[in-house]
Amino acid sequence: MRLHGDIPREKLLSILKEFEGPIYQRPPLRSAVKRAIRIRRIYKLDVLEINGRNVLMRVWCEAGTYMRKLCHDVGEILGVGAHMQELRRIRSGSLSENKNSATLHDLVDAYFIWKEHGIEKFIRKVVLPGEYAVQHLPKVVIRDSAVDAIAHGASLAVPGILRVETPIKRGDWVAIFTQKGELVAIGKALMRDEKMIVSSKGLAIKTRFVVMKPGIYPPMWKK
Amino acid sequence: MKNNFSVKKGILIRDEEETDPRYGKRPEERSVEELLDFGVVNLDKPVGPSSHEVVAWIRRILGIEKVAHAGTLDSQAGRGKP
Repeated sequence: MRLHGDIPREKLLSILKEFEGPIYQRPPLRSAVKRAIRIRRIYKLDVLEINGRNVLMRVWCEAGTYMRKLCHDVGEILGVGAHMQELRRIRSGSLSENKNSATLHDLVDAYFIWKEHGIEKFIRKVVLPGEYAVQHLPKVVIRDSAVDAIAHGASLAVPGILRVETPIKRGDWVAIFTQKGELVAIGKALMRDEKMIVSSKGLAIKTRFVVMKPGIYPPMWKK
Repeated sequence: MKNNFSVKKGILIRDEEETDPRYGKRPEERSVEELLDFGVVNLDKPVGPSSHEVVAWIRRILGIEKVAHAGTLDSQAGRGKP
């Protein structure tokens, strides 16, 4: 962020601290989404470096939070104005920079080394099991007998559940797994973690995205 | 992301069962074909081309139909899917 005036360090830090938590934002003119005021959470805002009017911040925030607007609003509150000078996104879900990353060259080379020579080790370093992408979601492990129904898009009923990770509350995105660690589907929790354990019946998760192909586990429609 | 950065994860157990070895397969045991069918690549994308272009290249070079990208960090995030 670049400030348009000089602000004492303490004042800057204390104003920035105020932005942690829920904030109001209206998407800018150039945006893909409807321009209605909405609430987004700033989970954490760290000031890494202040150099004159340049402020380097690291912001952990909810998806869909506009950093440009955040900088603008900080400037308004401070009174001098500010704008976003530069943006670097460092993490989204389970994927962050430097963790198991590969370049296009790595990918293409690894693929052809496998295709032409049958050597697997390189492609296996670049292409990770799809489950890697959901490791940030809480997991629910289900019985073998429940898998095929979910693979057909059915919601998950409580009797099919073996274990749940905590914390899960209603409305959370959840990843449904087999006991072998295969991702079956992703859904939204209809009840919280404890309720999934103590209930004897009821729907626990609304299946939203099916990942596993049906037929891998035998159909046993009694969940 | 959660609001407090160190979320204490726990596990609640409802019941125990043995999984049937005749069906399904652990992700680590997948063949490369199966991996390419449902896999993720954390792609360090070159700065110039757009994510869409990169996805198109991957489709063409690897000959895989279903490739999607799940957002861009200033390196990153591609996905190969079934």
